[in-house]
Amino acid sequence: MKTILPILTVVAAIVVLWYGAAVWLNSKWVYDQAARAGTEVTTAQLISETMAQERPVLPAPHQVLAGLWDGVAGQKITSKRSLVYHGWVTLSATMAGFVLGTAAGLILAIGIVHSRAMDMSVMPWAIASQTIPILAIAPMVIVVLASLGIKGLVPKAIIAAYLSFFPILVGMVKGLRAPDGMQLDLLRTYNTPRAAVLWKLRLPSSMPYLFASLKVGVAAALVGTIVAELPAGATAGLGARLLSGSYYGQTVQIWAALFAAALLAAALVAVVGAIEAVTLKRMGMAR
Amino acid sequence: MSWQGWAALAFWIATSALNVTIANRWGGHRWARIFVPVLFGITLLVLWQGMVIGLGVSPVILPPPSMIAARFAESTGLLWGDFAQTILKGALAGYVIGCGAAVLVAIVVDRSPFLQRGLLPVGNFVAALPIVGIAPILVMWFGFDWQSKAAVVVVMVFFPVLVNMVAGLAATDALQRDLMQTYSATYRQSLLKMRLPAAMPFLFNGLKIATTLALIGAIVAEFFGSPTRGMGFRISTAVGQLDMPLVWSEIAVAALAGSGFFGMMVLIEKVVTFWHPSQRAK
Repeated sequence: MKTILPILTVVAAIVVLWYGAAVWLNSKWVYDQAARAGTEVTTAQLISETMAQERPVLPAPHQVLAGLWDGVAGQKITSKRSLVYHGWVTLSATMAGFVLGTAAGLILAIGIVHSRAMDMSVMPWAIASQTIPILAIAPMVIVVLASLGIKGLVPKAIIAAYLSFFPILVGMVKGLRAPDGMQLDLLRTYNTPRAAVLWKLRLPSSMPYLFASLKVGVAAALVGTIVAELPAGATAGLGARLLSGSYYGQTVQIWAALFAAALLAAALVAVVGAIEAVTLKRMGMAR
Repeated sequence: MSWQGWAALAFWIATSALNVTIANRWGGHRWARIFVPVLFGITLLVLWQGMVIGLGVSPVILPPPSMIAARFAESTGLLWGDFAQTILKGALAGYVIGCGAAVLVAIVVDRSPFLQRGLLPVGNFVAALPIVGIAPILVMWFGFDWQSKAAVVVVMVFFPVLVNMVAGLAATDALQRDLMQTYSATYRQSLLKMRLPAAMPFLFNGLKIATTLALIGAIVAEFFGSPTRGMGFRISTAVGQLDMPLVWSEIAVAALAGSGFFGMMVLIEKVVTFWHPSQRAK
């Protein structure tokens, strides 16, 4: 209750600002139409007309919601106009990339924690690789893989994997090093093999770090997939929906796709959060 | 596989062995900390070159580094024009405006705990969204030139910096605030002399994250329409012409710009937050 009220206030303020901006940005078109017809517009008319244009500069929130609702519930799921269909295409590539990226990040992190040479040589490059705007190579990856005959889900998943792997790597290197010297020393006095140390001490104690980075990683994977859908004439997916909307000036379609992407991101993070809550509770680590 | 491939493999094995020895024996030394990653980077390049030539991979799929370097050297003029258009105009302008606005909003929001409790979760939520998606809308509003790219960058960097700055302004503890109170410091004095400096490590954390976001925003926005220059434009058209060495040259420019930008922020951070434990000499 203490946080819900302020959040609602902020959201309400954003909606009000949005309506104001919609009236302001769309008014030019209404005035132009009126001038062409030789009539005057009253304020009430102006407001109602800016709310209901077919291709507004900025669609009003209720138009976006209507577009979203129409895309989700108003179409058959198999239809090319259905946001559920496009969302599913994006979601499947995101999940494939997320799994791939998580696995790569985990394996590299385990290697880095166990080998000093790997830590010293790989870690600086992993960090440097993140200062590179990697999304720039998305079109190239897609075209190159297409020329090798690989199309559809895999190229998108690779880009999503590249984006999601880094947060997992950094988080897990920290997490696998989380057990303190006393715990490691105890296992050493037991003469525990390294695999057992990893399995029984390092992995369990890294769980909070793992989930924190999974949340970042899944959001990054979604961004990667959407950008991967932009170039090279993809026909399905939320990114393709954004692109076709921008080609044909269908602003409501762009905003609806954008909101669908936002909802998808929120849902993915929420699912990871729910798994986190259950897992940490079962392991007795819940805070 | 021809001899170049085998030579590259042999080089890889030799340098890995050398790196393992150095890391285990002199891992704590300063020169080893620089030498090991540099050698690893060189190994990757040699392996790339040797494998591409050794396995006879078509340059349309993956050009060898030597070919990219040659293309880079012969088209520096073109690359500089794209760099100026995308990075110097689009990304940098957007970065300055977005970060400046975020800092100002954070200072305003900081005065009201109510707004803070409301804005922080919303800001965190927005920071996780695929904001690149607004690029087509902003390109529609601001036209094809660099202004629309700057606008995308503003929106992309705003929330990460805002969230970090708000957290930073809250970073002073009660003891420090009480001290300022006993000096009967005004709001402005305590803001300027205590809370802004204390917020700097957090602010720079956000600024460093924002450098990459700024480059991504500026490049991706060009996929939605741009004048006939710019890194994103060049990448998408060169991919269409299968001119992969040029694409890789642009990527090299992006990588250099990204690392340079990031490195610059690290340097400024070192100067500004010299007092912070993570910056003090060990």
